[in-house]
Amino acid sequence: MAVSLKGKVAIPEDRFEMRLSGSGGQGMILASVIFAEAIGKTDKRNVVQTQSYGPEARGGASKSDVVISENEIYYPKAIKLDLLLTMTQESLDKYYADLKEGGTLIVDTSLVTEFPTDKYFGLPFTELAKKEAGHVMVANVIALAAIAELTGSVTREALTDAVLSRAPKGTEEKNKKAIEIGFAEAAKLKAKKG
Amino acid sequence: MADKERVLVMGNQACVLGAIYAGLRFFAGYPITPSTEVAEGCARELPKIGGRFIQMEDEIGSIAAVIGASVSGLKAMTATSGPGYSLMIENLGYAYMTETPLVVINVQRGGPSTGLPTKVSQSDTMQAKWGPHGDYTAITVAPSTIGETVTEVIRAFNLAERFRTPVTVLLDEVLGHSRQIITLPEPGEIEIFDRVKPTCSPEEFEAFAMTPNMVSPMPAYGEGYRYVCTGLTHDTKGFTTNKSEEIAPKMYKLRHKIIDYQDEIHKMRAEKMDDAEVAFISYGSVARAALQATDIVRKAGYKVGALQLQTIWPFPDEKLREMCGKCRAVVVAELNMGQIVHEVRRALPPDIEVHELQRYDGEILTPMQLVNKLEEVL
Amino acid sequence: MTTATKNKKSQKSSVILDYLRPNKGMPSVWCAGCGNGIVMTAIIRAVDNLGLSKDEVVMASGIGCSSRMPMYLDFSALHTTHGRSLAFATGVKFARPELKVIDITGDGDALAIGGNHFIHACRRNIDITAILINNNIYGMTGGQGSPTTPSGAFSTTTPYGNSEKHFDPCSLAKAAGASFVARTTVYHATQMDTIIQKAISHRGFSLVEVISNCHTYYGRLNRMGDAVAMLNDFKNRAVPLAKSKKMTEEEMVGKFAIGVLHQEEKTEFCDVYQSVVDKVKGGK
Repeated sequence: MAVSLKGKVAIPEDRFEMRLSGSGGQGMILASVIFAEAIGKTDKRNVVQTQSYGPEARGGASKSDVVISENEIYYPKAIKLDLLLTMTQESLDKYYADLKEGGTLIVDTSLVTEFPTDKYFGLPFTELAKKEAGHVMVANVIALAAIAELTGSVTREALTDAVLSRAPKGTEEKNKKAIEIGFAEAAKLKAKKG
Repeated sequence: MADKERVLVMGNQACVLGAIYAGLRFFAGYPITPSTEVAEGCARELPKIGGRFIQMEDEIGSIAAVIGASVSGLKAMTATSGPGYSLMIENLGYAYMTETPLVVINVQRGGPSTGLPTKVSQSDTMQAKWGPHGDYTAITVAPSTIGETVTEVIRAFNLAERFRTPVTVLLDEVLGHSRQIITLPEPGEIEIFDRVKPTCSPEEFEAFAMTPNMVSPMPAYGEGYRYVCTGLTHDTKGFTTNKSEEIAPKMYKLRHKIIDYQDEIHKMRAEKMDDAEVAFISYGSVARAALQATDIVRKAGYKVGALQLQTIWPFPDEKLREMCGKCRAVVVAELNMGQIVHEVRRALPPDIEVHELQRYDGEILTPMQLVNKLEEVL
Repeated sequence: MTTATKNKKSQKSSVILDYLRPNKGMPSVWCAGCGNGIVMTAIIRAVDNLGLSKDEVVMASGIGCSSRMPMYLDFSALHTTHGRSLAFATGVKFARPELKVIDITGDGDALAIGGNHFIHACRRNIDITAILINNNIYGMTGGQGSPTTPSGAFSTTTPYGNSEKHFDPCSLAKAAGASFVARTTVYHATQMDTIIQKAISHRGFSLVEVISNCHTYYGRLNRMGDAVAMLNDFKNRAVPLAKSKKMTEEEMVGKFAIGVLHQEEKTEFCDVYQSVVDKVKGGK
């Protein structure tokens, strides 16, 4: 009675799956929540966001998935990633295998030194946050803006709205600056890669 | 008409939104992962509508306070996870015996004991049915998406009020902690059921009177109907009894007020079941993996369908038989070592093969695990 | 909240009968001579003197001999699980602060299985009157040791004398934050009327410990004689608070103070929460 389904079934194509990963404290979960909210402000697509809790979220590798689709989203977590953001070497090593062939890899080059592929977008998010935006805390926002620019998934207005609605009072300017940097740096990178 | 507002909501927050829509005015709870956001949401939202939130000293006290509020006329709820649910079991039994409407949210994590505070599980499924000692009939519902969490919590309140009984809503860690963009029901869009109050004079009033549908009208304290509410077996007036001829009717009422009207309680989502030869049977977050797997194998040309149990208890025997009538086999997928599968085996005729797929390592079953399971079945 | 005092009725038995639940069969479950009946009638007189309507009063209780009281009184009754009554009562009071909530409990109910709920009800200073009938033993289950069984005393579970220390419920309640704490005995019935009345009128958590007799178990196992002998013993050992303050520790050995031991003005939980509600609603 047994059949083999290998080669007969394909992973669904109506989902755009992304994972934001790094170490606890880098704001990956918050970033994914902001991104999901920005999707909601951009258009009528469906969005589901999930995250890892527990010891993983305290220091070690931390990850959060966002799944986007025109259709009803059945499975809430990522099956095979269309986009992977890694803010640390550890998270890159851990999650690279989950990336689809031809998927987009975005790496924080301030902290990552070894790459499993040469097909990636590298930006020094942490350095940019410290030096250009004025606070290391907004590295995640720079990364979000870069994702927005590289994927076109969310509008700049929607992302700005979503970031500012979650930003603590007094950090608005730094966050706006971070968004600006993220879009600009990613645009440069895109132009360079063609 | 303007488009409805689209909001990003976490599963645990969806419980709060649904409960308030249904008329929640009282929450008592104790912090526990992964359900704490339900309490936090109630602490924030209830004062805004004149409701009340209290953090009790433990889960035993939490459900006790909820019962106290309910008999005082407020729609009341608590939320917890496995270890806390175990502590609530004592007074959950009291609520069954005293026919007190209330809602308990259980955001399941791995067990037994302290287990896996941050990891997903569906291992409290049987506890939701048989938690307290004694005989009673439990109602348990289980949503699988954020939008459904809102509507199932509303349904849980409606069922609690309609049947004068506690209702458990089983969530799980993945559902409780995931977020989704949803639109909320407009006021008036979903019908809200409020408990039936007595219309007779206080002199004629019997707190646990037998009625045509076996549910007794329920006054609030302070409304002129003074009666005894006790966890001891009681007669129709509420007085304790040791008489066989009074015990049996009380026990009959506890069971049959629910079981005789179970059609009102059963709810099931069926996807691609019309011509399905094989069906996934699941509930909670796993149902989403099953729907995904169904979608995947359908595209490869296999006649597979998915049934999601939105009502877990009372178990929908007849409805399941009816839905699986054309199936050759079913695959029961759950995050435990086999709980609902035994109900499925019992309910289905012997000519339908029942396969089981379980995961109990703190992770959710993936669509591909379900797809791979079909290799043995198809 | 104001509680008008009615014209004082003569304390005839008819007043008692007025408050007994109609249709509830008697006799009660209590042994002949049990102190619980004395406490029950004191509560009736207190409620009657305060002019409370029967519908304003909710009486909660747990499990044990004393906890059967709400069955007999014509108030809304919440007869709950063992030790949990104060948590249930908290739900009632918080849901409907306009109701007067009286909680009847015993030494085992309040201090053993319900110890956690007891100290937290005190801590919140929620406006509930807890009447703890302390008979130093588990009566309903047949005479086992309780948290107030004195060291060395006999019970069916301390057949060679109690190896444990005992709780003083009043000190415990005061330390936990109760704003009204009083002790009396079933011998001092008149004082009990006044104390219970004061406790109900007090805004905040009030504890009234009533030392009572279980001659059936505690008295028999400890050779203390019948109900009358035990009441006489309370009479001999109880010392009015003012007098007790002038006595040395040695002089107080075997004795205990009675009266209102502690009373303070303190914000009450439901009141404070209501001000939060008003603020949050107003600020919206």
